[in-house]
Parts: sequence; C-alpha cells; structure tokens
Amino acid sequence: MRMVLSDILRNGLRDQNPGLVQLLGLCPLLAVSTSVANALGLGVATLAVLVTSNAIAALAGPWLPREVRLAVFVLVIAAAVTSVELAMSGWWPGLHDSLGIFLPLIVTNCLVLARAESFASRQPLAHALADGLAMGLGFLLVLLALGAGRELIGHGSLGAGMDLLLGRSDAGSGWRLFPERHGLLLALLPPGAFVLLGLMLAMMNAWSSARRRAGHASGASVAEPAS
Amino acid sequence: MATPGAESPTRRAARAAATLAIATVLAVALVSWIHDLAQPRIEATQRAQRLAQLTGVLGATRYDNDPLTDTIEVRDAELLGTAAPVLVHRVRLAGKPVAALVNVVAPGGYAAAIQLLVAIDPAGHLIGVRVTGHRETPGLGDAIEERRSAWIHVFDGRALGDPAIERWRVRKDGGDFDQLTGATVTPRAIVGAVRNALVYFERHRDELLSVDAARDGTP
Repeated sequence: MRMVLSDILRNGLRDQNPGLVQLLGLCPLLAVSTSVANALGLGVATLAVLVTSNAIAALAGPWLPREVRLAVFVLVIAAAVTSVELAMSGWWPGLHDSLGIFLPLIVTNCLVLARAESFASRQPLAHALADGLAMGLGFLLVLLALGAGRELIGHGSLGAGMDLLLGRSDAGSGWRLFPERHGLLLALLPPGAFVLLGLMLAMMNAWSSARRRAGHASGASVAEPAS
Repeated sequence: MATPGAESPTRRAARAAATLAIATVLAVALVSWIHDLAQPRIEATQRAQRLAQLTGVLGATRYDNDPLTDTIEVRDAELLGTAAPVLVHRVRLAGKPVAALVNVVAPGGYAAAIQLLVAIDPAGHLIGVRVTGHRETPGLGDAIEERRSAWIHVFDGRALGDPAIERWRVRKDGGDFDQLTGATVTPRAIVGAVRNALVYFERHRDELLSVDAARDGTP
C-alpha cells in the first residue's frame, strides 16, 4: 500500500471527507456550527489535535504492544485536547466560553481516534502529518460551510464574533446582509443543522455520481478512493 | 518489535502494563506543564472578565475599592433563587457604600436557570441589571443580553415602590414590565428574580453594606 501525498490530501478533503463522506464527528459538527467564528474555532482546535495525535501515533505506533495501543492513543488524544483547551482558555477566553463543552468533547470525536489507529500508526511520520492536516482541513471546511450557511440564514450576518476569536475588540463584527430580527430561527436550532447538512450531503453525492458517469462515458478510469 | 511467540504471556502483559504506565506519566507531565504555563493567563483573563462585568453594570458610578475582593456570601433559597451561597460585591467610595452587586439566580428560565448580576444603590434603587449566564433560545430569549437589545435597561433606576410590588410583573401578568416579542417565560423569570433581589436587599441592607465585615477591600 503505497500512498503519495496528493492521494492523502485528496482523501481528506474530498474522497474520504470526514464530514461529508465518512460522517464522523457529527455531534460537534452540528452543535457548534451556529456561526463562522465558532466553526473556525472548533475546526482549528480539532485540526491541532488531529495533527498532534497522528504524529505521536506514527512515532510511537511500532513500539506499542497491541493490547494497549488503543488505550495509549486515547491517552494521547485526551492530553492533546486538554492542552488545547487550557491554551484556549488562557489566550482566547471568549471563544473558549462560546465553544463550551464541545471543546473537551473533541476527545470523543471518533475521527481523531480513527485516524490515529487505522492510518497514522501504520505510516511514516510525513504521511501521518499530511493525513492529520488533510482530514482536519476537510472537517474544518465542512464546519465553516455549515457555520456560514446557518449564520447567514439565522442571524443575517457573516463572521460576527470574530473579535472573540482574535481576542481583539477592533476586529469588527463581521458583515451584515439583513437585520438580526429577520433571521430564520430554525437555522440556528439543531433541526436546521440537520437540514443544511442533508443538503450538503445531497450536493456532494450528486457531484460525485456525476463525476463517475462522466468517467464511464469517456472510458477513462476515475481514481477510486484509495483505501 | 519482538515476535509474539518468543515471549511468555506474563512477560507480554508486564510489557503492556509498563508501556501504559510510561505513557500515562508522560501525558500527565505534558498536561501539567501546559497547565502551569496557562494558569496565570487564565486567572488574569477571568479576573478581567469579572471586573468588566462589574464595571459594565455600574455604569457611571464612581468607586475606589476593589469589588472583586470586597465580597460576602449570603444564603436565601427563596429570594436569591438558589440554595447555594450567593456572592455579593460591595462597592465603596472613600469608605462609604455606593452599591451592592448581588449574583442572583432566576430559576424560571425557559431552558435553564438564568444568572443575573443586580446592582443596587444604598437607597434601594437599581443601578442596573445584567445577565451573566443563560441558555435561552437564540434569537428570542437571548434578547435579555445587553449586547443584543436594550430590554435589560427597563430596570435602571427602578425600586421596590417604583412600581408598587404587585406591579413587578410582565404586562401579560398585569405588571409594568414589557415582555419580549415571542418570549414571555424568560422576562417573567428575570422580573421576578430582580424583585426578589430587591426584597432581600431591603431586609438585609445593613448586613450587605456594612464596612466592619470580616474582609475589607479598601486600599
């Protein structure tokens, strides 16, 4: 199983996208994506944890007895998440408050453990790092798209509260399409998150089946997701 | 890695246990190192946040003590909305009390109890009220936040006789306070909690304002 970096990147961003294809980590995805600022915060935190835990899994994987490998990975992930949470509550307290319980819950995001156990522990460090980055970015992009959609429909704004994220009050309060009171509340509540994610899944599926049809028609072989 | 067959089960188990133990020690060391790095920052930002909250509700009130350390704890499950001890910050200018800030709870919130900070001057008038924690519906009940709407300012300058105590209700219940569009439960809970805080203040005024309490934050 030889993998090149471009395969790893394409898997994380598209073919095996954690949010839209593997459907991993849906709980934080749906709960936190009420605004671009929240989505960005949780996405970057998850990305940092993924890269860290993948790197440690790749380095330590070959040395770990099979019986305790999973336990060690859980420990590594928990330590990484706790570190990220401590750093965030010290340097970005506003964002820390608005992410609330979903920050420590990154530990339970099955995406992180799945990448460490099923991929990073059997790969060289460079591949593991690239995979953490690609999967994290794939998750971050889906979070951002959901967050932007829900904030735009629900609040009529885009990027409000970014000053919390940057910890500066002069960062502005984002761009406003229409006044807050005309917002559609449904988009901000959990059902709205499901509706929007469903629409995104449908678009993703339509797009990939169109690609497959185009591939058959021209007789060219379309790259299947490497697994 | 050693071939699995070459090791006795006991040795394998011991090696697994040792690996896990070493990993635990390393993880704990890492987390406690980062904790030590972040702790001063966390305390400083929390202090700054608390102070910003206090000065926000005090508005133009002038004071020269440190209300964050000049505090007492009181208990009254019925009037303060929680059986837990409630923190009261005392605010003074040149040693004389200018306000008491009471952290009361409004138990009747729509989703969960609402945390309030109620600022009362020595004569029993409200300087202001702020919501410090809530889980009300975004877009409806969250208009109680000062940054979202001006509703919370309906309490500025009010007191127990203004309006009369039986008029301390939302309009829907025959009182003097506006509810919010689409949300009645949330304002009803807050109006009730603020009224109870004023009643508590009236009964315990001397205790809440007294200078000769155990701690005194005047420099």
